[in-house]
Amino acid sequence: MRGEGWRNVALGGLILALVGAFLLNLALGSVRIPLSDVAAVLAGGEASKASWTYIILEFRLPKALTAMLAGAALAVSGLQMQTLFRNPLADPYILGVSAGASLGVALVVLSTGAATGFLASVGLLGDLSLILAAITGAAIVTGLVMIVARWLRQAMTLLILGLMMGYATGAVVSILIYFSVPEQIQAYITWTFGSFGGVTWRQLGILAPVIGAGLVVAVLLVKPLNALLLGEDYARSMGVPVGRVRFWIIASTALLAGAVTAFCGPIAFLGVAVPHLCRSLFHTSDHRLLVPATMLMGALIALLADLVAAVPGSRAILPLNAVTALLGAPVVVWIIVRRGNLRSAFAS
Amino acid sequence: MPDLVLETHDLAIGYPGKRQRRVVAEGINLRLYGGELVCLLGPNGAGKSTLLRTLAGMQRPLAGRVTLSGIDPHRLPPRELARRLSVVLTERTEVGALSARAVVALGRYPHTDWTGRLTPLDEAAVERALAAVGAAPLASRFVGELSDGERQKVLIARALAQEPRLLLLDEPTAFLDLPRRVEIMSLLRRLARETGQSILLSTHDLDLALRGADRLWLLPPGGPLRAGVPEELVLEGAFQATFPSADVTFDAHSGHFKLHGPSCGHVDLAGEGLPALWTGRALEREGYVVNGRGGPPSAVRVEVCDRDGRPVWRVRRAEVCREYPTLSQAVGEVKAGSAQAAATPSTAF
Repeated sequence: MRGEGWRNVALGGLILALVGAFLLNLALGSVRIPLSDVAAVLAGGEASKASWTYIILEFRLPKALTAMLAGAALAVSGLQMQTLFRNPLADPYILGVSAGASLGVALVVLSTGAATGFLASVGLLGDLSLILAAITGAAIVTGLVMIVARWLRQAMTLLILGLMMGYATGAVVSILIYFSVPEQIQAYITWTFGSFGGVTWRQLGILAPVIGAGLVVAVLLVKPLNALLLGEDYARSMGVPVGRVRFWIIASTALLAGAVTAFCGPIAFLGVAVPHLCRSLFHTSDHRLLVPATMLMGALIALLADLVAAVPGSRAILPLNAVTALLGAPVVVWIIVRRGNLRSAFAS
Repeated sequence: MPDLVLETHDLAIGYPGKRQRRVVAEGINLRLYGGELVCLLGPNGAGKSTLLRTLAGMQRPLAGRVTLSGIDPHRLPPRELARRLSVVLTERTEVGALSARAVVALGRYPHTDWTGRLTPLDEAAVERALAAVGAAPLASRFVGELSDGERQKVLIARALAQEPRLLLLDEPTAFLDLPRRVEIMSLLRRLARETGQSILLSTHDLDLALRGADRLWLLPPGGPLRAGVPEELVLEGAFQATFPSADVTFDAHSGHFKLHGPSCGHVDLAGEGLPALWTGRALEREGYVVNGRGGPPSAVRVEVCDRDGRPVWRVRRAEVCREYPTLSQAVGEVKAGSAQAAATPSTAF
């Protein structure tokens, strides 16, 4: 077992890496901006070129902040779902929570026709309805998964259910698309690729408090989450109000995954991979450490993925989901290979 | 007068269903006192787990009521209930990457603040619980790396760390080998004596229960439950009634269940000490009725003799006497003789 010393070193390292990745995200992209200029802009000053100040403040800073928030949100919701469902592959994307949120978004975007330029121009009311629809969709799917999970206590069933949820969403979206104009369809497809860019400060003003609330709920749940490691029966026998705790985990997950999906698209692999990375880094299942650690690690991985997707030095921008899949798929394969038994691997 | 920890009144247990309500057992009236170790015995499917879950407040009774120190467990807030009662469940749980100490510390759940931070008082309780089950050397190891017996000790320590009045254990010895079973049983007995906590466990281990428990609760299929001091229940013939079976009978002399196939006949046995005792057991297992000294002589006689400090076996049938250096050869000879007698009916009658 690794001691306190290792824990502090690892946490310190994570924070340093996070700060580094944040600065790099601001400095690199299609245009390379020197770190001294980045620091100057962050300090409230001006960069040596006016366009750099504009790029940082209006484009890269909101993008980096969005990436950090989204990464932390997806990772923490993945962690909570893995513990709640006792399933190592549980995360908002795999269990169909993101699909539920997507359906909400699709309903708003494609059916109202309000979004000619898609997200950027829908206005405050549009933003609010978007996030509300996404959170509602996410909550409904999480609740459904919860009900089914209590019926059928098999790890595999849950994953198949998530798959089906994805297909069902896809079907409804296809129907909606059939009745939509090409511009809307193009916007929707681009959105499904996932992106941290394009989130405006105004949208960030909605995203940040919602994710903040979800994260606060997760932090307040560390103690019952630890008790749930022993299973629901033991948790109940230790005085955990299991029903209430379950409700709050679902609420937190829906807020986190719903909000992220609404503005960044359905992002795969972050939620499932990050908790496992943290467990093997810290070698513990203790949520008192894992919740803050997955927040940091999730934010870091999201920044790195975004950095790769931006392809520094070129004008190209890769789909974010392609990058997260390339980073995350090996982790998932590693989980399955290391533990043949899905049931026993949820927490290690 | 010891204090009454748990009481039931006309309890009916089972599963409520919209269409079909399934009553597992009813008319259960029980009392459990402080410092008492009680073993719950019964055949598979009689409802031992259901009864324990009902007593623990994990499922509702179909009728009647349970009172825990005078209070209905369902009326207690979960945290208050957890301070009075803790459980060790039968199914194996994967707990992930937690040390034994961390798992035991989870037992402090109803005593700690929202972060689960341990006060010095909690730390002391955790160390006490680890020491009580002899798991202190395991404290910093991961639970996933422990053997079944070690893991069971850790889970018992977790239940102890909760510092309840009553511990309920559902088949705590199920996955363990015999030495570990004896160890856990004597551990529980000592805990009940020393801490004044009441301990109720279900088990299939008749022998250990007869020797270790202060009282037994016997739950036959369908009920009603019978409670009593182990020896008293043996004398009343309660075991045969609880475990009705065509193929086994409870032997009140030995305190075991015995397989009874058709009897193969009588064998006289002579000899002293352990070799003679186990020779008798071997013959009984093969289906013979073993006669000791006295009584009418049988056709076959087995004598266990001592030769230079090592036992030898003589099998006498009619005028023939053969000597064997091992027990298995002697039993083989007895069986061979019976088979021959059966094949030629004229000599058997």
